[in-house]
Amino acid sequence: MKKFLATALARGLLWQFAGTLLGAGLVTGIRALMGLSVNDVFFFTEPAWVMGGFSGVIAFLLGSGAVSDWVKWARGMDTPEHHEEPYSGWEKYFHVSLDHKVIGVQYTVVALALISIGGLFALIFRTELAASGLQFLTQDLNLFGQNGLQLYNTLMSLHGMIMIVSILLGIAGIINYVVPLLIGAQDMAFPRLNAFSFWIAVPAAVLLLMSLFLGGFDTGWTGYPPLSVRAPVGMQMFFLGVFVAGWSSILGALNVIATVLRMRAKGMNAMRMPIFVWAAIATSIIALTATQFIGLSFQLVMFQRLFGMGFFDPAKGGNPVLFQHLFWFYSHPAVYVFVLPGLGVISELLPVFARKPLFGYRWIAMSSLGIALVGFVVWAHHMFTSGMNEYLRLPFMYSTLLVAIPTGVKFFSWVATLWKGKITFPTPMLFVLGAIVVFLLGGLTGPPNATVSVDLHLHDTYFIVGHFHDTIFGGFVFPFFAALYYWFPKATGRRMNETLGKLHFWLMTPSFFVLTFGMMRIGLLGMRRRIADYDAALGFDATHLALTIAGYLIGLSVLIFIYNFFASVKNGEKADGNVWNSRSPEWQVPSPMPAHNYEQPFEVVGEPYDYGLEGSQYVKFIAPAKSGHK
Amino acid sequence: MRHFVVVGVLVILLAGLTYIGLDTIGLMPDAASAQSIPIDWMWNWQVIAISFLFSLIIVPMGYSLFVFRRKKGDTTDAEHIEGNTALEITWTVVPLFIVVAFAYMGTFSLGEVLRADPNAMVINVTARQFTWTFEYPEYGVVSNELHLPYNRQVVLKMESMDVIHSFWVPEFRVKQDVVPGRVTEYRITPTLEGSYKVRCAELCGTSHAYMENAVIVASQAEYDAWVSEQQAIAAAAQTPEGQGQIMAVKNGCVGCHSADGTPLTGPTWFGLYGSEVTLADGTTVTADDAFLEESILDPNAAIVAGFPSPSVMPPYQFTDEEIATIIAYIKTLK
Repeated sequence: MKKFLATALARGLLWQFAGTLLGAGLVTGIRALMGLSVNDVFFFTEPAWVMGGFSGVIAFLLGSGAVSDWVKWARGMDTPEHHEEPYSGWEKYFHVSLDHKVIGVQYTVVALALISIGGLFALIFRTELAASGLQFLTQDLNLFGQNGLQLYNTLMSLHGMIMIVSILLGIAGIINYVVPLLIGAQDMAFPRLNAFSFWIAVPAAVLLLMSLFLGGFDTGWTGYPPLSVRAPVGMQMFFLGVFVAGWSSILGALNVIATVLRMRAKGMNAMRMPIFVWAAIATSIIALTATQFIGLSFQLVMFQRLFGMGFFDPAKGGNPVLFQHLFWFYSHPAVYVFVLPGLGVISELLPVFARKPLFGYRWIAMSSLGIALVGFVVWAHHMFTSGMNEYLRLPFMYSTLLVAIPTGVKFFSWVATLWKGKITFPTPMLFVLGAIVVFLLGGLTGPPNATVSVDLHLHDTYFIVGHFHDTIFGGFVFPFFAALYYWFPKATGRRMNETLGKLHFWLMTPSFFVLTFGMMRIGLLGMRRRIADYDAALGFDATHLALTIAGYLIGLSVLIFIYNFFASVKNGEKADGNVWNSRSPEWQVPSPMPAHNYEQPFEVVGEPYDYGLEGSQYVKFIAPAKSGHK
Repeated sequence: MRHFVVVGVLVILLAGLTYIGLDTIGLMPDAASAQSIPIDWMWNWQVIAISFLFSLIIVPMGYSLFVFRRKKGDTTDAEHIEGNTALEITWTVVPLFIVVAFAYMGTFSLGEVLRADPNAMVINVTARQFTWTFEYPEYGVVSNELHLPYNRQVVLKMESMDVIHSFWVPEFRVKQDVVPGRVTEYRITPTLEGSYKVRCAELCGTSHAYMENAVIVASQAEYDAWVSEQQAIAAAAQTPEGQGQIMAVKNGCVGCHSADGTPLTGPTWFGLYGSEVTLADGTTVTADDAFLEESILDPNAAIVAGFPSPSVMPPYQFTDEEIATIIAYIKTLK
């Protein structure tokens, strides 16, 4: 316990608590001097809470030590280029580390924690939906200043945003851990910025969760005004949390791009990079350039609430539809941020388990960039019923349907990779195959939503909910699990239990099909999104009960995974060699990886996926030069 | 070669079975408007495309997993096939044409949905948390039910008093947001008599789930009878209680306060006047004129036990006379 309280995490959280009180107290004091009201339903007034939320984040960063090297530099003090790790074992992961592998694990574990919280919220409101009428989130409930319906909306909205943040952290975890290893770099280009990007996500997650206790908010994760202008103070904590989390995403992306551009091993030209690196680059370009828009749109609503600026208030000449444009200009490309790394994992792992080269490497690499670029000009397909210009809907229909083409290239190439392979089915491969099937269902149910006339029916129904759960599970969740099972031995020197892994897969996959097929079915028949209760006359009770049971089974399967994950760290079967018989450089050296990665640098002498080509090599290790080049 | 023949046959077989299966289940609700025809036509083509493309990927994938799985004891790698440029170009270009064809079909079906009849009947629609109000300017009728004559195009001119709502009758297929500060239009030609519901499709706050009003499509004769009946009510409503009833409908009060004892978002008005009301803090109060007036102007002054606090009722501004008519109306509900 003493050790835990000394960690950067504990210190940061303590400082955040103090910083929040300090900031809120400061504003309250100023308000008192100005003769304004000083308290409200949730003790502090809204401006005080916003200031407190903001100063809490800064306090967290100072307290955790995530910015201490920069502070020292600013004061004219020197710090060593590399910090030697002062901690070992679990403590290493609770302190600020500059090692990309430690940061990768930190990201991944926080992502798993947030997935669990977001999943728990989903199970709570899924239970409420098991039958029509209100079961336990009733009107006379009063929890955290919310009645049942309001609490339903808060949980549903937080489920959305917490899952989004967990996805962003999850992909950052995989990218951070894997990309420097794949390209033969010692670390990321900017290790301190890397640590900062991770640590700033922690207070952001705390802010998001705080919104639950400050009256919540009833807008969904989209936060459309004018509803978001009227919501309780929890809305502001949500806006602030997303704003801060955006920093993590933008700076992390910058780091990935710089690392890949500048730090590749000798001989690794663009067309010899592992395919996952292409996906990481494509996703980082979007995250670097689009994230600002969601921050901006939320900030405008924050200011509308705090200062009465009428950006989206028609009475003051504002326009509520403008918000939707700003919001979706990030939030549509964002879904490609979520799925591109996952599709990269599929492409990376498929050749290993099919023992065959990746079919059409160049086409797959280019399709990632193609999806990223087309993804920037499709945002208004979320707004076909919004009252935007009627004719503007047509170009967005065409551009959206075009996304099908690079996505199709990936599917055809994956199938061609499997064709005539010698396929084996360990747990990571099961999740890769599951990802392909689930993402296919997500992909095929996309074009109807992109087609304006049909979308007039589908928009805001459970059909959409089913569709995007397919794309996110296929594009992120399944590949994320595949990546964790696959690279776990690299990180720990041990394997995760295969039996539990297969149980996880065979429990989660069928349940997930029941969940999304059921959602789409009732969505077409008239089930709206984001409702706490539904008309019993629609006859959806039986389907909803099935969906709830499926939801619980998915939750159970993830619990099995989490148990397997933590139990295997200690007791997993030892695996320090090339477990999967891969050609990739990180598997050519013993696991776990030492602190500064490869002791000998390597040179790329062949193609990455030449399985089945006699005597071919991807990388060759070169003895370090006598001069001790650093 | 044998592999390709088997896979080709299986693709066609699975595609056919998938489509027939989906078609037999029946995916869409009843089609009750002329606009649903081009939408369902488009949707049907999409189901065909989905069935085919699903099979095109799943069959060769499943076939590979089964036929090309590693044999026991084999430790060698598979055949070294890096790619095939002709194949890559094919599966880039052919889908491009299909996509453009579908986008063109989508444009065509949207054109059909938007086809405007210059003689369409205008109905003004007001959306507010959490109910809909319909005003028929031709007849001077206001209602919280939408009555429509069979086979005549209507254009709903929709306004919102507070946040964004969305007008959706699943059987009509079409959906349109209602945005504060502007008027949006919704054109529909009902083609199937029956009772439906307009369900707000854009999250609009706590009681969003309950923002549902009746939509009744009837023959011209039945519709005319309903209009005359409503006009007679309006004409007879020169009394204060009659005016109060119109006020209650127009302002959406009846969306949350039923006149017949049905529990809705707010307390029912049935038998309310003069009754003993238990408040959330446990005290009781008699629902007299003063109490009702205070509750209308400041819904948070007293919360009735079992109802949300703070109140979800939007703020209203009424003149004293208007409040008197509403209270007069509430008095009649026994």
